[in-house]
Amino acid sequence: MLIKPARDIASSEITSRTAYVSRREFLRAAAAVTAAASTGALASEARLQAKGAPHGRKLANVKRGELTLPGEKPNTWEDITSYNNFYEFGTDKSDPATNAGKFVASPWKVTIDGECNKKGVMDLEDVLKGETLEERVYRHRCVEAWSMVIPWVGFPLANLIKRVEPTSKARYVEFTSIADSKMMPGVRYPVLNWPYREGLRMDEALHPLTLLVVGLYDEVLPAQDGAPLRLAVPWKYGFKHAKSIVRIRFVEKQPLNSWQEQAANEYGFYANVNPTVDHPRWSQASERRIGEFFRRKTLMFNGYADQVQSLYAGLDLRRNY
Amino acid sequence: MSDRMVRFGVKPLAFLASAAPAGWLVWAALGGHLSANPLSDITNQTGDWAIRFLCITLALTPVRRLTGWNALAKFRRMAGLYAFFYGTLHLLTYVIADRFAGLDFPDGIASWTTAISLAKSVGEDISKRPFITIGFAAWSTMLPLAVTSTAGWIRRLGGRRWNRLHKLVYATGLLAVAHYWWLVKADVRRPLTYGAIVVALLVARAAWTMCYSAAARVGRPGPLPRPAA
Repeated sequence: MLIKPARDIASSEITSRTAYVSRREFLRAAAAVTAAASTGALASEARLQAKGAPHGRKLANVKRGELTLPGEKPNTWEDITSYNNFYEFGTDKSDPATNAGKFVASPWKVTIDGECNKKGVMDLEDVLKGETLEERVYRHRCVEAWSMVIPWVGFPLANLIKRVEPTSKARYVEFTSIADSKMMPGVRYPVLNWPYREGLRMDEALHPLTLLVVGLYDEVLPAQDGAPLRLAVPWKYGFKHAKSIVRIRFVEKQPLNSWQEQAANEYGFYANVNPTVDHPRWSQASERRIGEFFRRKTLMFNGYADQVQSLYAGLDLRRNY
Repeated sequence: MSDRMVRFGVKPLAFLASAAPAGWLVWAALGGHLSANPLSDITNQTGDWAIRFLCITLALTPVRRLTGWNALAKFRRMAGLYAFFYGTLHLLTYVIADRFAGLDFPDGIASWTTAISLAKSVGEDISKRPFITIGFAAWSTMLPLAVTSTAGWIRRLGGRRWNRLHKLVYATGLLAVAHYWWLVKADVRRPLTYGAIVVALLVARAAWTMCYSAAARVGRPGPLPRPAA
């Protein structure tokens, strides 16, 4: 066996002092970065539990609605105001509650345009003028397979629609939400194509269950729930419920809603709650009611089939998801 | 850093620090400090920590080579086993909160019917939903690595074969990122970050291997300092 004599170590191979000193500095910096990152991660987790909204102004003369669900126990104010999907405030469920502080809902203007006789810009006070507010306890089903029961306060959207006199060409209604990056940090990222848009067919918009919401638990609606004006369409998935509405437009053609624009194979125009049509990535057959451990079977049209299924007679619900 | 210091000082500290997220979750869940949907929080958090520990595991060797801090090699097993630990918690949370909680219990909760329908429900879900399939695949690739993480198994397999087997952790990393990516609705920033980390570490490893095999063929030391172990 041939054993080579060891070569002397060339001076070029000896680690220079500056190199190993900077290596130590690098390690120290790395340790600092790691520590900072883990502190940050823990801090972000501490925010998991966002506090619910502070209580707001009490709404006067709220009538108890006849279309309220009997036998359902509403979720708490805390649940409804701390666990929200409102991407304009951020994509985590706690982001809306965390970031809602800068939101200013007054004064508020709503533009009414498109195929109607009384186009114009309405103050929120004008939108509400002459309307009797009523409480409606509705089931609320998110497309993500969780649900709540919510005591909304509002008035039928149909009332407003009749007041602005849509023309015979008005077959759909499009709703546009506010997208103000100064008040809503989530708008700075193009997670969706802002502003958020949603739409309803005219007969859906005129249905007595479809509510324009201004309150919750007899109080003024908090920002994270879509202040000052949002929709509640209880037989449809939550993303159909446009929040913080600034524009209502009457149109002839079916409008493109934001989630359909984002992923048309996953989110359709109708978005009726339907346990037999799965989301491409998950089942819609059951849901977790917030506050419960065992999952509930999801009901057709979220339990509102008797009231709304006639709207969809002859429509293939598998294709029109 | 001396061996003693690593063994009796830094290692126990790292062990405790790595267990802290699990401890925090238990504390927060029991104390009602999670959101209105605590089961979803536990699922998300354990999944996040599994991916974070996978990134740490994958990063240890490149960082060791870059810095020459060879003591880092002693933390590979711990980091890898913590990735497996959080991945297993993540899987169990899904089985319990997503599958078990959705069952019917015609013969009561504690019954064979329950066990069978749970197994069926999990099996069907894994085969039906691609992002669950991928997530389960990610966990499955960690299982043989966790089992063979002992000194006895390294001896039985031999260093070479053991090393080859443990390259599977790169597949785990890629599968875990794909699983996360597929599940988010629109905001892909977080899975994108983890994906960038895993891919960068994979590329670093590949570049290193290529440099070295090229250098070995030419028969001269490579351009970078050789790893100590």
